[in-house]
Amino acid sequence: MLEIPPFLPFFISAVIAAVSRGSIRNVIMLATPVLSGLHLWMVPDGIHLQFDFLDYQLIPYRVDKLSLIFGYAFHIAAFIAIIYSLHVRDTLQQVTAMMYAGSAIGAVFAGDLLSLFVFWELLAFTSVFLIWARRTQRSYTAGMRYLVIQVLSGIILLVGTLFYAAENDTLAFSFIGLEGVAGWLIFISFGIKCAFPLVHNWLTDAYPEATVTGTVFLSAFTTKVAVYALARGYPGTELLVYIGAVMTCFPIFFAVIENDLRRVLAYSLINQVGFMVVGIGIGTVLAINGAVSHAFNDVIFKGLLFMSMGAVLHMTGRINGSDLGGLYKTMPKTTLLCIVGAASISAFPLFSGFVSKSMVMAAALENGYDWIWLMLLFASAGVFHHAGIKIPYFAFFAHDSGIRVSDPPNNMLLAMLIAAGLCIGIGIYPAALYSLLPYDTGYNPYDATHVLAQTQLLLFSALAFVWLNLRGMYPPELRSTNLDFDWIYRRAAPNALQSIFSFISKVDTALRQMFLVKLDQFLAFLSRRNEGTSGLLSRTYPAGSMVMWVAVILATYLFLSFIH
Amino acid sequence: MENEKPSVDKISFFDKPKNVKRILYLLYGSCVLLLALDFVIHRHVMHRWENLWGFYPLYGFVGCVVLVLVATWMRTFLMRPENYYDEDKSAVDEKPDTNVKQSAESGGHDVDA
Repeated sequence: MLEIPPFLPFFISAVIAAVSRGSIRNVIMLATPVLSGLHLWMVPDGIHLQFDFLDYQLIPYRVDKLSLIFGYAFHIAAFIAIIYSLHVRDTLQQVTAMMYAGSAIGAVFAGDLLSLFVFWELLAFTSVFLIWARRTQRSYTAGMRYLVIQVLSGIILLVGTLFYAAENDTLAFSFIGLEGVAGWLIFISFGIKCAFPLVHNWLTDAYPEATVTGTVFLSAFTTKVAVYALARGYPGTELLVYIGAVMTCFPIFFAVIENDLRRVLAYSLINQVGFMVVGIGIGTVLAINGAVSHAFNDVIFKGLLFMSMGAVLHMTGRINGSDLGGLYKTMPKTTLLCIVGAASISAFPLFSGFVSKSMVMAAALENGYDWIWLMLLFASAGVFHHAGIKIPYFAFFAHDSGIRVSDPPNNMLLAMLIAAGLCIGIGIYPAALYSLLPYDTGYNPYDATHVLAQTQLLLFSALAFVWLNLRGMYPPELRSTNLDFDWIYRRAAPNALQSIFSFISKVDTALRQMFLVKLDQFLAFLSRRNEGTSGLLSRTYPAGSMVMWVAVILATYLFLSFIH
Repeated sequence: MENEKPSVDKISFFDKPKNVKRILYLLYGSCVLLLALDFVIHRHVMHRWENLWGFYPLYGFVGCVVLVLVATWMRTFLMRPENYYDEDKSAVDEKPDTNVKQSAESGGHDVDA
């Protein structure tokens, strides 16, 4: 039986959204993820679409447990984000958002590297419009930088794919491993999209510059596609454990001093992806389950947090912590929903983050990664600090900014409510999520040891926040830009290039000048040498030589007239 | 967009210092209780450090304090003015008004309505 690949409905509805208006468009956009998701529920495992291309077999649609859970997560994320953006009247955003969601879904069901590459690049080209749709100079330049880096990742993937085809004589996307040129190239390509340290700045640079609704879409798809790709291609690659551990730790320092609250969330997104990368690197059944389920939960709770901050931005027009505060008085529903998201990302027991993150932590201990485990523990405390406390505290509490705005439109509230419901639902009844995971481990997060340890860790982190605040040692929110690695390519490299080029042009001018002067001197020298000598190069000739030449010409005339 | 509500001008919950105090005491109480539970609940530990009394509370508290202190210290060499990256071209031209315009433009208004 020919199955419809799940990315197709999204692309079709993107086309319909481009030519329709108003409620028709809304109904079609809402129906797409619901129907496609229900259809996906029925699809059995296996390869459903393949054909030959040149000498290789392409598999644009392959279903197994790993791709399915990401497929479900992306359908849920698309559904929530579409509800959240129902009020938007901007065809550009609506069309590209649908195509973006479709590309992400296409990528996780791609069974070969070439199909993956196509969706990989589509992800970049569709999502950048969600950044540009903000229509400010800042978003335009941030989008450009984003696009350059994303396309670069795609090109590396393509080159890696070519090497892979040459090395293995197949394009099938399964375990790759860090062997040979192909393995490393594809790894780097995945790493760029996964926001590995030093190549992470596209995320913290571009996401906060996107539109209110665009960021919600962005936060769900790109990095999770990369996590999926790593989980399929590089499970058990030890290097990932260390990369992931760094990813969990370094962003939290930046998040603590960042003023733009959506940028704080962007940093915490890297931190959460770090947990998934560690899980993939450990590579045991429990660790992979932890990574995958954490990706599933992160799509929802990070979406919820971005939605709540989006609601604040939408209603107040401000997103800097230094400008906000006291909003709980007039935005009580948003406040409550944001706190649910904050509790989930902080992995409080009974919230979704707890049931997935604890798997990665347990796997790290089981496999003897003691120091990694300590780093993850520190990152868990840190994420509570910056995402769990800082976000709600500075937006909704802290000092009263005097801003009085109501809760956002109902569609935004409904989207947040669904996400919050899922966060709590998964936290209370994790078995539902566990049944979707690639492996069956019989893991139970709710034993007394785990619950007590996690609650102690979190509440004493909260105590630290209170203590630091009361002592006046907590860094105030300041209007500022904090330098990160992107300074290298946004400032240092351009400045260095500029000074190199200005040096080169100075040297060049000096050399030319020197050459001209020397040439002049040489000519003058020559003419001086030949002064009055009647030679070929002399500037002046003696009068005698002219008289002689006149005589020669006259003699020639005479001779010619004579022979005529 | 700013819907002034007359009802909010009354004192809100956290405007009363007494309520803030109550929340804080609740937190202190929970912390003490959780520490006490360490004696009662038998843990199935996987790591020897977990056996140390008060390992998780101490680690959470110290970790967060260190996090904040280090982050604050990082400000001394990472912090730049808000329009640091925006001013590259206009700063050379010495036109202050273009800077003002740029920061007003990028001041975080959204255009999806």
